[in-house]
Amino acid sequence: MAKADFEVPVLKQYPEIPEIEPGVMAHSSPFKAKAEFQAELGFPGELVDNWQEKAIAKMGDLLGRYRSLRVYLDACVKCGSCTDKCHYYLGTHDPKNMPVGRQDLMRKVYRRYFTLAGRFFPKLVGAEDFTEEVLNDWYSYFHQCSQCRRCSVFCPYGIDTAEISMAAREVMDHIGIGQKYCNEIIGKVYKIGNNLGLPGPALEDTLEGLAEDVYDETGVEVRYPLDEEGVEILLVTPSADFFAEPHVDGLIGYGKVFHEAGVSWTLSSYASEAANFGMFIGSYENMRRVALRIREAAIKLGVKRIVFGECGHAWRVAYSFLNTLAGPWDFLDPRYPIPQHICEFTWDLIQQGKLRLDKSQNDDMVLTYHDSCNVARASRMGDRPGGQFEIPRAIIRATCNHFYDMDEDTIRDRTFCCGGGGGLLTDDLMEVRVKGAQPRVEALNNVMHEKGVTHMAAICAICKSQFTKVLPYYGMDMDQIVSVHQLVSNALILTGQVTDEDEEEAADEAA
Amino acid sequence: MPIEVNGKSLETDEEGYLANINDWEPGVAEVMSKEDDLELTDEHWDIINYLREYYEEYQIAPAVRVLTKAVGKKFGKDKGNSKYLYGLFPYGPAKQACRYAGLPKPTGCV
Repeated sequence: MAKADFEVPVLKQYPEIPEIEPGVMAHSSPFKAKAEFQAELGFPGELVDNWQEKAIAKMGDLLGRYRSLRVYLDACVKCGSCTDKCHYYLGTHDPKNMPVGRQDLMRKVYRRYFTLAGRFFPKLVGAEDFTEEVLNDWYSYFHQCSQCRRCSVFCPYGIDTAEISMAAREVMDHIGIGQKYCNEIIGKVYKIGNNLGLPGPALEDTLEGLAEDVYDETGVEVRYPLDEEGVEILLVTPSADFFAEPHVDGLIGYGKVFHEAGVSWTLSSYASEAANFGMFIGSYENMRRVALRIREAAIKLGVKRIVFGECGHAWRVAYSFLNTLAGPWDFLDPRYPIPQHICEFTWDLIQQGKLRLDKSQNDDMVLTYHDSCNVARASRMGDRPGGQFEIPRAIIRATCNHFYDMDEDTIRDRTFCCGGGGGLLTDDLMEVRVKGAQPRVEALNNVMHEKGVTHMAAICAICKSQFTKVLPYYGMDMDQIVSVHQLVSNALILTGQVTDEDEEEAADEAA
Repeated sequence: MPIEVNGKSLETDEEGYLANINDWEPGVAEVMSKEDDLELTDEHWDIINYLREYYEEYQIAPAVRVLTKAVGKKFGKDKGNSKYLYGLFPYGPAKQACRYAGLPKPTGCV
């Protein structure tokens, strides 16, 4: 772990609302995208000369396109409900990280140029010119929002700060100020097919290795196919599942589940990414371009179903937007959800009794579950309200003997973000990531002390990577975060698998 | 900000990765590790060389599991795990070892 050059928050037993410390996070800004990355996405390479004019015009365009944005900017009555609900405020104490403070960065510009009172009496209504100073604040603080939407749950008007921060990033991209992390990655999706830049041969090599590992461990040939035409299911999963730990253990689990279900499936090298960073930067055009790759791959491979792996915001894009972004999906089998989440797929099989599960295989862990924000607050699973909370928990209970939830105020639709979502999962934002993780880590710490919890499961690649990096700052271990399908993988006894018990029996019989 | 290696000035990006992978020479790893107060041993070099070989073939750093498996096969089972790699490269094998090897930083949700 790198040494922290900032103060790591001290974990407390009860959440404390901190006193404000104005401007303490003003220094936090991510690296800017180089001209070549900007061009790939259709944005100017550097700050354009008439940036103020262009930015206001783009704001006007967005206000016309998204009625919601105008309502959010108009509706706030400064009631204060949201002020202590953002993990970045709780962790950094900077009032511009209060949701209302963040919204006001755009609201004051909106009032100045788009409302009558603001045009004539700016000072009376808190309207301000779009100056370079305001632009710097935008770049800094709209990259201290993970677009997790927790604040919107508590706002009596339902104002969604995520949508405001997406719009702000879209405005900045259009005047040539883009974030390196997000924009470089989107370019890699266009060029290579995934966020990591894993070309087809590397994917193939990695997948072959996984099949070998599963065979060595179980004696069963589980396949991890790539680019196979004419199969039933296309699995779209975050590329971190190929690359990182504990993500890859989840991917191993998906393969085992498909194997036991007896369905044919494949991954695609062309659509080897579930993540869609187009959403993080608020760019409909880029979000659509990324999503269309899934459609093209599905058509080319001739699949009948699409299943998404463990990725939080991918599931939001898939569940909420895929049909309008890349539909119609009339070539897929209408008897199954379009698209389907891997947790829905696995839970169906468990309910039908088609998976032989030995919970004791996970007895070395006491689990809790971290609801990922985009799954919890921007999507659903299954056919009942709240399925996105219940199905992952049901899978954990079916595969583990020991499970305890964290404090109710920090889970389900009130879940705290991991601190790394929304395009902030980059080393240049480590301070805000570590501080923003405080409320979640605090709740985890409490359940570790009260219930003896040892591990936390999640279904989002960003959450998994974020906790791997930030838990050590709080004195915890990086491997305390696990994939839900890693638990499934551990517990699942494959048909024909030689277990220790079988071996003992065989030995007994021989004797 | 460029780094000085054997009298040559080599361009790096904001995070200290070589801007051009073809600029790499063993001295790059020496200079970078010195800045991190890390002394490179043969064990470090085994990893750096493997990363470069893999990159040559696949144009990407190996996945963590591919790396641990290869290390386990080549240098003994006890070394085929993340713990061993983090022991050698405390900032993480992907980020620190890749940087020393002149590879671009792995991006995405990692």
